[in-house]
Amino acid sequence: MEKRAVFRSPWLPLALVMPQLVITFVFFVWPASQALYQSVLLEDPFGLKSQFVWFDNFTALFRNRDYLESFSRTAVFSLLVAGFAMGLALLMAVMADRVIKGATGYKTMLIWPYAVAPAVAGALWVFMFNPRIGIVAYMLHSLGYDWNHQIRGRDAFALITIAAVWKQISYNFVFFLAGLQAIPRSLIEAAAIDGAGPTKRFWTIVFPLLSPTTFFLLVVNIVYAFFDTFGIVHATTSGGPAKATEILVYKVFNDGFIGLDLGSSAAQSVILMIIVIALTVVQFRYIERRVAY
Amino acid sequence: MVERRSLATLLAHVVLILGIVVVAFPIWVTFVASTHHAKDIMTAPIPLWPGTQFFENYRRLLFEGLINPTAGGVPMWRMMTNSFIMAMIIALGKIFVSFIAAFAIVYFRFPFRMVVFWIIFMTLMLPVEVRIVPTFKVVADLGMLNSYAGLTIPLIASATATFLFRQFFLTVPDELAEAARIDGAGPVKFMKDILLPLSRTNLAALFVIMFTFGWNQYLWPLLMTTDRQYLTVVMGIQRMINVADTDPQWPMVMAAVILAMLPPVAVVLLMQRWFIKGLVETEK
Repeated sequence: MEKRAVFRSPWLPLALVMPQLVITFVFFVWPASQALYQSVLLEDPFGLKSQFVWFDNFTALFRNRDYLESFSRTAVFSLLVAGFAMGLALLMAVMADRVIKGATGYKTMLIWPYAVAPAVAGALWVFMFNPRIGIVAYMLHSLGYDWNHQIRGRDAFALITIAAVWKQISYNFVFFLAGLQAIPRSLIEAAAIDGAGPTKRFWTIVFPLLSPTTFFLLVVNIVYAFFDTFGIVHATTSGGPAKATEILVYKVFNDGFIGLDLGSSAAQSVILMIIVIALTVVQFRYIERRVAY
Repeated sequence: MVERRSLATLLAHVVLILGIVVVAFPIWVTFVASTHHAKDIMTAPIPLWPGTQFFENYRRLLFEGLINPTAGGVPMWRMMTNSFIMAMIIALGKIFVSFIAAFAIVYFRFPFRMVVFWIIFMTLMLPVEVRIVPTFKVVADLGMLNSYAGLTIPLIASATATFLFRQFFLTVPDELAEAARIDGAGPVKFMKDILLPLSRTNLAALFVIMFTFGWNQYLWPLLMTTDRQYLTVVMGIQRMINVADTDPQWPMVMAAVILAMLPPVAVVLLMQRWFIKGLVETEK
């Protein structure tokens, strides 16, 4: 779509886009190109000399057991987060769509965790699960499970998953509810007249019609689990115990910023970049399709 | 609802209430913990009903801060001011920069217009997390570490806000711009006096989203600041939890958690209508 009415000025439009362009170039494009460049160099930690090594940093990464484990851990983590956060949100949204009285009240009560920072969500849950005083850990103890995320990797992994899911439910809920409310009532009524019960109506009509929303949310949730959960990990477990919660983003930060292994960190950055670009492309292609519906 | 089924409706209420309880329970426990003496929060089970230390804990936290080596006795009001300044600059800056860029892209024809559009689009694909070290280096070279400028300016570019404004400007009738031009208004006057008031709801929606985005930044301030003067609330909490060799002072930490959540949650709840609009529209 183009505007018919346009203004004319040789310099004004450039002046108007300049702030955005300068920031984008200086803080986005340039650093990203530096990451690309460093990913093919081998540099000593003091930055005194560097050597061009082709793709050695990448092959080294894919031979590194730590990295591969971090990769699969991140994949499992993002699938778990996306699955639980979306499943629970869908359940809530279907229920909220069903009730007439108090629907707005329920909505208000469910959306606010969106505003809580990931690191703060982490702090909340680390307190709930504190092995000595946490209320949930206390309940688990009395049920016979000796919860301790400070020693046991599995528990720590569960902890960051729960914190990440808790924060993301509200986001998914808003979108699922909007999606549900956009489904024409007449379709559901027609199915009801034909004798389909609520369960059948959900799986044969509502769920398929909701699939664009679901697919969109899947991409957003995976991006969230990959990148935005850094705060949760850093504030609660710091990747431990014994790297059990070291997801990819945390590893890039740790290797590059703390470990000063610039080449490897840059190569990891490039791999993450490829993942984001792929996810963004998938998301935008799908959105174009939805518009054409 | 198609048919009347009181049992199913009851079930829906029950599920929703359960969901709300599960979502809100950690906040209740946190709030309760923040109103007790540290010695009451030392052994399980911890109390589930508020104690008497509410004013004392919050006063100490706000004006004295926590005395431990990492949090360094920075009073909470200082951190909250930092977070507030950061969130406001980011929110207003993003809105301003995106508004004028979208205006130029929609209302002008100029060389490389599509190139500009694609460069802005690229920011979507390059979150901070994928370019941590080189971005840090750029900011360090520019001498912007430990400053509000370093905390905010690199986050001000926004593809989503630019796209939202572009989308909206395309729906504004062309006749408005033509009429403005016939009446002798230049582009800047048109933008300021006609487009800006028309964009009110979009501005409000973006403000809610961008304010929470700015307030909740974590990795960026972690990289940009070493000086305690610039500690933000979210980072402050991380420093309060991760204390070496001793237990965190839980009531204080939990009070900090409550204070850290309050402003963005308040903005989202008070501006709920715009928040939902903003959330849904920025993702289009």
